Amino acid sequence: MSTMSIISYQEAGRQAVAEEMRRDKRVWALGEDLGRGGVFGQYKGMVEEFGPERIADTPISEATIMGAAVGAALVGTRPVVEMRFADFALCAVDEMVNQAAKARFMFGGQARVPMVIRQPSGMWRSSAAQHSQSLEAWYIHIPGLVVAAPYTPADNKGLLKSAIRCDDPVIYIEHKSNWELEGEVPDDDDYLVPLGPARLAREGSDITLVTWSKMVGEAEQAAVLAAEQGIEIEIIDLRTLWPWDQDMVFSSVAKTKRLMVVHEAVQVGGFGAEIAATVAEHMAHVLVAPIRRLGAPRAPISYAKPLEDLLRITPEKIVTVAQGQMTI
Amino acid sequence: MSSQANNTDGHNIDRDRLVDLYRTMRRIRAFEEAAEKASISGQVGGAVHLSIGQEAVAAGVCANLRRSDQITTTHRGHGHCIAKGTDPGAMMLELFGKEGGTCGGKGGSMHIADFEVGMLGANGVVAAGLPIAVGAAHGAKLMGEDRVIVCFFGDGAINRGPFMEALNWATVFTLPVLFVCEQNGFASTTHSDAVTGGDGANARAESLGVEAHTVDGNDVAAVDGLVADLIPRIRGGSGPIFLSANTYRLKGHTSMDPALYRDQDKVAAQWEVDPLIRAGSELRRLGLADSDLAAIDSAATGEMDRVTEAADAADTPALEHAFADIQDIGAPVWEAQS
Repeated sequence: MSTMSIISYQEAGRQAVAEEMRRDKRVWALGEDLGRGGVFGQYKGMVEEFGPERIADTPISEATIMGAAVGAALVGTRPVVEMRFADFALCAVDEMVNQAAKARFMFGGQARVPMVIRQPSGMWRSSAAQHSQSLEAWYIHIPGLVVAAPYTPADNKGLLKSAIRCDDPVIYIEHKSNWELEGEVPDDDDYLVPLGPARLAREGSDITLVTWSKMVGEAEQAAVLAAEQGIEIEIIDLRTLWPWDQDMVFSSVAKTKRLMVVHEAVQVGGFGAEIAATVAEHMAHVLVAPIRRLGAPRAPISYAKPLEDLLRITPEKIVTVAQGQMTI
Repeated sequence: MSSQANNTDGHNIDRDRLVDLYRTMRRIRAFEEAAEKASISGQVGGAVHLSIGQEAVAAGVCANLRRSDQITTTHRGHGHCIAKGTDPGAMMLELFGKEGGTCGGKGGSMHIADFEVGMLGANGVVAAGLPIAVGAAHGAKLMGEDRVIVCFFGDGAINRGPFMEALNWATVFTLPVLFVCEQNGFASTTHSDAVTGGDGANARAESLGVEAHTVDGNDVAAVDGLVADLIPRIRGGSGPIFLSANTYRLKGHTSMDPALYRDQDKVAAQWEVDPLIRAGSELRRLGLADSDLAAIDSAATGEMDRVTEAADAADTPALEHAFADIQDIGAPVWEAQS
């Protein structure tokens, strides 16, 4: 059995890429400032081990970072793209949506595009409107893409390794406020978390709360507060958003008869709407309370802390929604 | 390095090689004429962007490539595919949206790809092929393979950001790419000159440290001769080289575009210097009989007539292919319609 270490979410991601690069010479990473370890330190020490060819410091050219990765993937390498901030990936939407996601299909299956697109996301230290967004719903909408958003350090290692081994383009969303989160992570070089299945983060009997990424932490705090009031929340950490684990969500809702979806992203048009609608279409007859979504207001994220905080999903907001669901 | 012009005058080309280049051009022309006809008749449903008049660039460049070398092309890419070795039969099936097409009928004219011959895909987004080409070159370099990547694009592409990014990238990483800018005079239906600032493509390339050349893109011998010099240098590690090929788009933006926005006298004059006429004259000068030229022409026309008839008769793809080859994880489930 594998030994475990307590490491950070960020270190887990670093180990995942390093292990896969040792395992498979076709794997390489490209992005801005990787030579000095990446803007957050996610690639620390890697250029020393793998050299500047495989840990490639690129120009600030997001479209070509992404497009070159597509080309390099088409000819048999397995690039890991570092987008630095998820917001910057918007400079490379054609390359993600029209090229990476479509090449296999529109070329009739001749080609695969095995690439991972790491997108550090979410609110972090007063970063304002262009460095704080959570845009996962955009990518979930695109056929051809897989979308993952881990919360725990173990999942960040196991899912990232699975993403690198996957032949599909994977949008890999890491939350910037999670970098320092520590947890037990298997040391095993072949520790993989499969893309697709969710993780049951907490068992509960009253409400099914579906969430992902950093909001799993808020949900766990909320569940403790709610339990003090006699409300038992079951938390499902989706961790892979496309495809998402409908089976786990459906069986949980069959038990609790209530569903709440929580995400940091803007609520309007968010992925929570898809989950809510899917459950409503299939399980309306078992629900004893209306489905509730909790996401951000449709407002850009402010710089000033009190204004930024106004948009945050907090444990208290989650508890309020839970109380409402229990009183119906 | 300063730009240089090459032309057939004083350029010695072996007659047999010119015959081969002429044959490639004639096959491209015949394919395009068949595609145009099928488009106007409605047999081909989607947009068809013809490369009539630009055949010398495709033929002259690709004649210098190995099968393992790779190309990317654009929405106007039929000629590049044929010159690189793609089967016109599979291409025509693709245009018709039929089973057996290069992409199983799922891509159409703008997405023809043939990885077996190093044709990494046509692209429906202007300039999108440039980053992909430099990435393919980056991959080749990483894996220690001595492939050369040729990236074809038009003068309309030089005003998109990926043009600058990709050229810079190729320089910075010393990648084995030949950028071929087909200067056909038009950016869709707008005159390129009217929407392009500065001194043009080569000046932009040189400003990014990329050696740039100019060639008469309607002179297949000149294209062939220059590219024959450039490819070994690129394969030897020179880094990227840029080639502007001056040509002319004899047809409209698409097969349906009558292109009335241009001076019809100029168009008529361009037809007189089209690359097939010029190569034909040169071949006659080199002693090829008219009957030999005519035989090449009729063989090409016959070939494309046959592939068109076959494409018309072929079956459309099975419906489940609409859900195939999307992704391994999270693909939609095909449920047969009752």
